Amino acid sequence: MSASARPIANTRSAAGIPTGKLAVWWVVASEIVIFGGLLAAYVMHRLAHDAWSVQAAHTNTWIGAFNTMVLLTSSLSAVLAHQAAERGDGPKAARLLGATMIGALTFLAVKAFEWTEEISHGFTITSSTFWSFYYTAAGLHASHVIAGAILMAWVAKDAAKNLELHRVELIGIYWHFVDIVWIFLFPLLYIAK
Amino acid sequence: MSDHAAHHPINYVRIWFILVALLIVSVAGPMLGHPIITLITAFGIACVKAVMVARNFMHINLEQRYISYVIITVLVFVFLFFAGTSPDVMKAEGSGWVKPSWQAAASAANASEGGAAHH
Repeated sequence: MSASARPIANTRSAAGIPTGKLAVWWVVASEIVIFGGLLAAYVMHRLAHDAWSVQAAHTNTWIGAFNTMVLLTSSLSAVLAHQAAERGDGPKAARLLGATMIGALTFLAVKAFEWTEEISHGFTITSSTFWSFYYTAAGLHASHVIAGAILMAWVAKDAAKNLELHRVELIGIYWHFVDIVWIFLFPLLYIAK
Repeated sequence: MSDHAAHHPINYVRIWFILVALLIVSVAGPMLGHPIITLITAFGIACVKAVMVARNFMHINLEQRYISYVIITVLVFVFLFFAGTSPDVMKAEGSGWVKPSWQAAASAANASEGGAAHH
């Protein structure tokens, strides 16, 4: 592709930063409102209903902590991939993005195991308002993990050929945001009992 | 990453170790069984971890300043949403409205306590 045919997301920076990166920050800002509204609704209901602590006592803190560790580690590999891309080492960036994807898959596998256990014990999305919030918040977050992993595979495929390396930073910004959302979900759903 | 980051490289592995240490504290805090300590170790540390990730991994402090302003603005909107709607959720009655089921439950609880005291 010639320089003149490259998309404006790569080449235009009227706002002081590349348009592609600006778009990712807008996505993050929009997602803060979505997750922030959901979590704010959860907090106000949780404070109003002491009985929710009885339901919250059934969530597994150790599983939640393990998944927090997985996401923090995947964020480390994502930022190291960004660092490699900055140095022009596309193949290394692709490998580190691959490690981040393994983190995403591990997170989802643990979540699937956890939900299977909870559902088998009768805690479903219709069991109570607490469990409705629990599955909605964790499910919305998991859908973002899935989307991030798919996008990361796409970015890594090009990065391995030293193409479009700027995208490594963009997917990283999104991934770190997904990590931050879980950093708040963990105490809300697993620790406050 | 900007020139600033290139000249002052961040030790990402060190940041990760600090985040993991904070995670351990946030899990251990509630084991002490004190609500205030739980609040600080769980939610206070969550805020610290989020800021650390935003600064050191997302490099938000190295972006154009208006990016931080956009993020702070949406956080303020979320807080306004909370402040505006939480009284409706958390109180049994307000200006021109009541929650009959909450009032009935409160009356039943009071009657139960009164009966127990009478006996």
